Amino acid sequence: MANNARMYSLLGQRGTFGVKLDEVANDNDSILAITSDLTRTSGLERFFANHPDRSYNVGIAEQNSIGFAAGLADNGYVPFVTTFTNFSALRSNEFIRHYLAYMKCNVKVVGLGSGFAMELFGNTHYGVEDIGAMRSFPNIEILSPCDGLEVAKCVEYCAETKSPVYLRLSGRANNPIVNKDPDYDFKPGKGITLADGSDIVIYATGSMVANALKASKQLGERGISAGVVNMHTIKPLDADLIRKNCGAKMVVSVEEHSVIGGLGSAISEVLSSQRTHPPLLKLGVQDRYIKAGRYEYMLAQNGLDVPSIVESIAASFDKITQ
Amino acid sequence: MSGNLSIEGRARMDILNAALSAGPTGAHIAPSLSLVEISLAVLGSRNDCDSVILSKGHGALGYYAAMHQLGVMSDDEFQSFEKDGGLFPGQPCRNDNDKIEYSGGSLGMGLSYGVGVATAKKRKGRVFVILGDGELNEGSNWESAQLASRLALSNLVAIVDSNGLQSDGVCMEIIGVDYRKVWSAFGWDVVECDGHSVDELKRAIGEVRERPTVIFADTVKGKGVSFMEQNNEWHHHVLNEETFNKAAEEVNAHYGE
Repeated sequence: MANNARMYSLLGQRGTFGVKLDEVANDNDSILAITSDLTRTSGLERFFANHPDRSYNVGIAEQNSIGFAAGLADNGYVPFVTTFTNFSALRSNEFIRHYLAYMKCNVKVVGLGSGFAMELFGNTHYGVEDIGAMRSFPNIEILSPCDGLEVAKCVEYCAETKSPVYLRLSGRANNPIVNKDPDYDFKPGKGITLADGSDIVIYATGSMVANALKASKQLGERGISAGVVNMHTIKPLDADLIRKNCGAKMVVSVEEHSVIGGLGSAISEVLSSQRTHPPLLKLGVQDRYIKAGRYEYMLAQNGLDVPSIVESIAASFDKITQ
Repeated sequence: MSGNLSIEGRARMDILNAALSAGPTGAHIAPSLSLVEISLAVLGSRNDCDSVILSKGHGALGYYAAMHQLGVMSDDEFQSFEKDGGLFPGQPCRNDNDKIEYSGGSLGMGLSYGVGVATAKKRKGRVFVILGDGELNEGSNWESAQLASRLALSNLVAIVDSNGLQSDGVCMEIIGVDYRKVWSAFGWDVVECDGHSVDELKRAIGEVRERPTVIFADTVKGKGVSFMEQNNEWHHHVLNEETFNKAAEEVNAHYGE
């Protein structure tokens, strides 16, 4: 794969998605793009211009977008359906249950602007409950890429695999670059250990992987050795890796999602089935709605900026090692 | 006795027999009796390249009965209705033998799928979506209707089993919208016919059209059994030996050839 990491970073995850889908569609006639009136926001202008006969704006009608895609998928097409995460995972939730989970239609649902990326649009447009809303459905894979290269790999995977996928895009334009080598080994369902640590393992997903890496470095300067795992796949979760890392003194989950129902909950489900396991610190969006704000403000309010992550982990670690 | 019955009568006897054998869990008897001729007409009109989507899943037993009488479903398969873990539960479920193409039951979902299938077929096959009239309360239908119109899907035909009743009572008392006008406003051709005449239904289904079309099939919920007709107690109900015998007697009297 060509190294487009810098371009992808500038475009952000949505822009990268659109560019990559257009590219994949050049070699695969079955790829379709379906959006609920968010062509530009989905980064799909180029796709719509290059493949007009495979592009559908169904209007602001998210439920229908899923059923429509399902009917096309059952006739050999591979539809990618886009809208903001809250509208796809929440507004269309039962349609996703019916068509992707129950009928196993080969539809790829792409959630845009997950977490706080919608900034001052406010709580109606934040996507912090979507993983919780999707995770109990059988038959749907949940992918949450950490940067542009990973978005590109996810799009390639979605185009090839015959099963339904929920692709969660997070962060803003100027997405941090986590992966520098375009040929890094990305396998859905397999967490990637980005840093080793003897005291703590931090499991992070999506936008929070970059913050976890920075936090790990700062913790190291304080004498706390914290490893970082990129959990780009929430479902199926890499339970083997979580069990293997049970020797750590403490594990941490970091996600731009509610602490209820997301990555942290999924990890706790694995840990609690072990006879002995380290304590889990779940960092994420607290169980409440607060006043809206800019991205950094929202992260800080929820303890997801780097300094807060470092302080929370250090404080917890102190407690358990006293 | 059923050997002397018309196909409409035999399908109704299938429904009564299946409801009797379902025992105390009961079955959706009246919505199934309402759906007999629509199912016979759609299944009898379809070509291999066409698709049938039963969005009104509550009428599954009527649809199965029509499949059985048309030879699409075997005796054994029909008798497996509502058996634990079986292929033919109370709401249709897409299954491995391809006899059921669509999993229905959650209302307001089938039309969106039908629009997708009709778009994929690009006029090389027709798509029939069977809806209930109560089901039209679901707003999602209108998201789908507007798109079908925008895409000018002349190969899409929705058939509304228009029996005037929904779970809690009379459609016109519960919401009271004349949905014919709504479909028309959404750019669909609206046709009406006798929903208990297979010939009329087939004629309406077979017409070549330029726009998506909805057929309002005027039906009677519980059709063919006087004490079930337009009586919502029989929407989902238990049939015992006594009520079965009374119902069977009426079907035999009305549908003898």
